Amino acid sequence: MTTPKHITTPLTDEIIKDLHIGDSVLISGVIYTARDSAHKRLLEALERGEDLPVDIKGQIIYYAGPAPAKPGNPIGSIGPTTSYRMDPYTPDLLSRGLKGMIGKGNRSDAVVQALQDHTAVYFGAIGGAAALGAQSIKKAEFVAYEDLGPEAIRRLEVKDFPAVVVNDCYGKDIYKQGMEQYGKA
Amino acid sequence: MKEVNVSSITEAVKNLCVDSNFYLGSDVIKRINECYESEESPTGREVLAKILENIEIGKKEGMPLCQDTGYAVFFVKMGQNVRICGGNFVDAVNEGVRRGYKAGYLRNSVVTDPLERKNSGDNTPAIIYTDIVPGDDLEITIAPKGGGSENMSEVRMMAPAAGVQGVKDFVIERVRVSGANPCPPVIVGVGIGGTFEKCAQIAKKSLLRPVGSKHPNPFYADLEQELLTEVNKLGIGPQGFGGRCTALAVHIEVHPCHIASFPVAVNMQCHVARHKTVTL
Repeated sequence: MTTPKHITTPLTDEIIKDLHIGDSVLISGVIYTARDSAHKRLLEALERGEDLPVDIKGQIIYYAGPAPAKPGNPIGSIGPTTSYRMDPYTPDLLSRGLKGMIGKGNRSDAVVQALQDHTAVYFGAIGGAAALGAQSIKKAEFVAYEDLGPEAIRRLEVKDFPAVVVNDCYGKDIYKQGMEQYGKA
Repeated sequence: MKEVNVSSITEAVKNLCVDSNFYLGSDVIKRINECYESEESPTGREVLAKILENIEIGKKEGMPLCQDTGYAVFFVKMGQNVRICGGNFVDAVNEGVRRGYKAGYLRNSVVTDPLERKNSGDNTPAIIYTDIVPGDDLEITIAPKGGGSENMSEVRMMAPAAGVQGVKDFVIERVRVSGANPCPPVIVGVGIGGTFEKCAQIAKKSLLRPVGSKHPNPFYADLEQELLTEVNKLGIGPQGFGGRCTALAVHIEVHPCHIASFPVAVNMQCHVARHKTVTL
């Protein structure tokens, strides 16, 4: 693993252009959780011509639905959910200024293309390491759709949140490269 | 005749929910450690180290290892001399799930209607498979199942002519196309035979076997080993970032089937391979 790059939100084109697949990053600042049902509502709001409950310009969405927080903790266990389910909604959000996503698993060709078109990045976090994942989250609060419970949109303040660049703004893919490097006939 | 009160079932189920989500079996931990030692990819090693660190934090802090604390699936062996008293068995299990998911700060991951998709709010109802067996013990096993790996699973109704090569091709293809989605390193549960639904059920049941154990039939034990070797040649690696350790194990379970049929099921299981058993 490469020496981690420290990055801070909101993400700029300059930050994103410096990120390449396989890079290990430590993210600090504010990120937002949203998964299946929240994405559906975000796009429905856009279709109705409404403003989004969160200004997504320059922001990172973390595909995650945390476990409930124990008393005294900002959040419960939290890790990435599988990203492909959000693919149908993603190009539209990227065209409106979203700059990054954290999840796990392959993205569609349309998403990979949109990352190039809008200079954005897709990070992978470690699925199933959610007790560890909670350690880098300092504060969490609901910002929208609280009725969705684990699927609500939360604003997270993170410090050195670990992730790996899966798809960069140059059309490359760590999953494909990894299989080419380590696959055997 | 042995009487078991529903209140003891509820209490046992509550504890199973919490414990299975906080503590991983020593068989799984041992195998992850072995993979950490042998993994060639530096990123893969880093991922496995973090997975091992996560297991320690879960245990120390009393936190679920994965935020997806699963659909609560139970395999029950009900001794035929057991009499359930004080209420209804299924209600008692569901009450245990309700209490366990609340007490352990576990995530509610069940929607009541698959199309309406409103969260049930307490992770019920449980899915319960019950076998009636001789004796006077009530054995309850929980296997909380996460969505990420479950979604990468498949049942295929093959032609009998597909034979063992058909099984191999299907299993390897299933792991390959799943890529990073099911949170590798995975355990691959394979059901061969039975009917459409039985095949899927035995694939899931095979995931309960200790990691590192072999199928009692040498033919299937060899097939498990061969499939594990082949799957680990795919290069997917821990979390799909590339590496040698894509699967921790391949488990096969077989069942007699119809002369016309050859069902094969692959049930994917992430590295958080949770299950726990209690006997009342």
